Amino acid sequence: MPETDKGPLIYRQSRWTRATHWVWAVCLFFLMLTGLQIFNAFPSLHIGAESGFDYDNAILEIGARQGTDENLVGFTRVFGLEIETTGLLGVSGPDQDVQAFPAALTIPSNRSLATGRVIHFFFAWVLVGTLAIWAVASALNGHLRTLVPTLADLRGLPQDVADHARLRFHHTRNYNVLQKLAYASVLFVALPLMILTGLSMSPSFNAVAPWLLDLFGGRQTARTIHFLMMVGLIGFFVVHMVMILAAGPINELRSILTGWYRIDPEKGGDDV
Amino acid sequence: MYNRRGLLLGAAALGLSGCKVLDGANEKDSALRGVFESVSNLTYRAQRLLGGGHTLAPEYTEADIRQGQRPNGSVDPDGEDYLTLSQSGFAGYGLTVTGLVERPLTIPLAGLKAMPSRTQITRHDCVEGWSCIAKWTGVPLSAVLNEARPKTTARFAVFHCYDVLERSLSGEVKYYESIDLIDAYHPQTILAYGLNGADLPVANGAPLRLRVERQLGYKMAKYVHTIELVDSFATYGLGKGSYWADRGYEWYAGI
Repeated sequence: MPETDKGPLIYRQSRWTRATHWVWAVCLFFLMLTGLQIFNAFPSLHIGAESGFDYDNAILEIGARQGTDENLVGFTRVFGLEIETTGLLGVSGPDQDVQAFPAALTIPSNRSLATGRVIHFFFAWVLVGTLAIWAVASALNGHLRTLVPTLADLRGLPQDVADHARLRFHHTRNYNVLQKLAYASVLFVALPLMILTGLSMSPSFNAVAPWLLDLFGGRQTARTIHFLMMVGLIGFFVVHMVMILAAGPINELRSILTGWYRIDPEKGGDDV
Repeated sequence: MYNRRGLLLGAAALGLSGCKVLDGANEKDSALRGVFESVSNLTYRAQRLLGGGHTLAPEYTEADIRQGQRPNGSVDPDGEDYLTLSQSGFAGYGLTVTGLVERPLTIPLAGLKAMPSRTQITRHDCVEGWSCIAKWTGVPLSAVLNEARPKTTARFAVFHCYDVLERSLSGEVKYYESIDLIDAYHPQTILAYGLNGADLPVANGAPLRLRVERQLGYKMAKYVHTIELVDSFATYGLGKGSYWADRGYEWYAGI
């Protein structure tokens, strides 16, 4: 293909955007795996202020029980519906470890709630600090604006959905509307919810802001939302990876590493 | 550019080596753990800054009590001294207040019950993740401390307990906890002898347990027999101020 068919390289991502992106990636990796360690200490999710022991307010339980033979059976119960998850959840590993999430998915790899908590809080602080830096820098350099879908964007939503479904990607200076919606929901919804539901699990913070507990419907509901947001972020990560691979991994990686992004050549104005 | 590449390669390497990558942080005195624990002080300061002295933990209503208080940790102490007391319905029990106080004293259980009491319906949050709402009745710790008159040098209250957590050749390891005087004088900090309208059961810490409502369950020592006022808890246990803090948990358990 002749060089002239390539579009120009543009400087798309500021150093603030690139640096914070990678710090978040590292933080979320460790937060998730230490979070699973913490979850394993009490592997069920409940709705309300407290956890029902004499009554049932659980929406998710992961556990183990004796099977018909010598072997242990791992199970996962979602809204009362139970499925066997031996090998993955409840019972896993060569030694038939009885724990909700397997050792391969927890940090540290052994059972240690204390160590999991210490590392979790460390990365929680880094994440919060980086988000604050990013928010200030992005407000100043205009990046925040690029994440908010405009009315014109939203009108183009059906077309954008159709384009994505056919894996027809347009490489333009600005994010497309689905990108804006995805990034905005992570940065303005999921991560703030993560932080606020995390704080809602703190008895000392409950004394500072009891209204936050009421907002989320109780400490155990906050814990449940915290977990579900984690699942949502994993969903985002998977789609994020698929989209990078589908849209051109070299170009996408170059832009988040160096800031430079190659856009499509101009073609009679139907570009955006 | 190369730094960013290095970062990316590092992240990839972390992924490849699986989750054993931070196992070194299990070691109590490792440099890696030191890095992670360096923010514990920040966490503590943030909580003190926001919570100030006496913000109150949320209190609940009778209607919110839907189950018994879930017992956890020690539920049935088997020490000779404790068994002697429990067999007589704790008639011979006395709470000793000692250390940096003007007037060391021992108050029998009946004496504690005769003092002004406070009843509060609060949520107990275990470090494991669960919560349970119950009604606690007891004497405010501040009232007991006022009787003993802490010296100005006192900074922490150390709670000594009957329950033995570990037995080994080097002796018994008993449960102990400590809080600072800010929490000791907090209006919701009580020495509870009643639970959900009845005497405190053995499983929940009879005859007397601590309630520190802005912290996690492990701070709320059960089976308390002595409160010692100190200026430092470095000489107790492994020096971190609490049985669980000695085992890697935070001393200030507000989150």
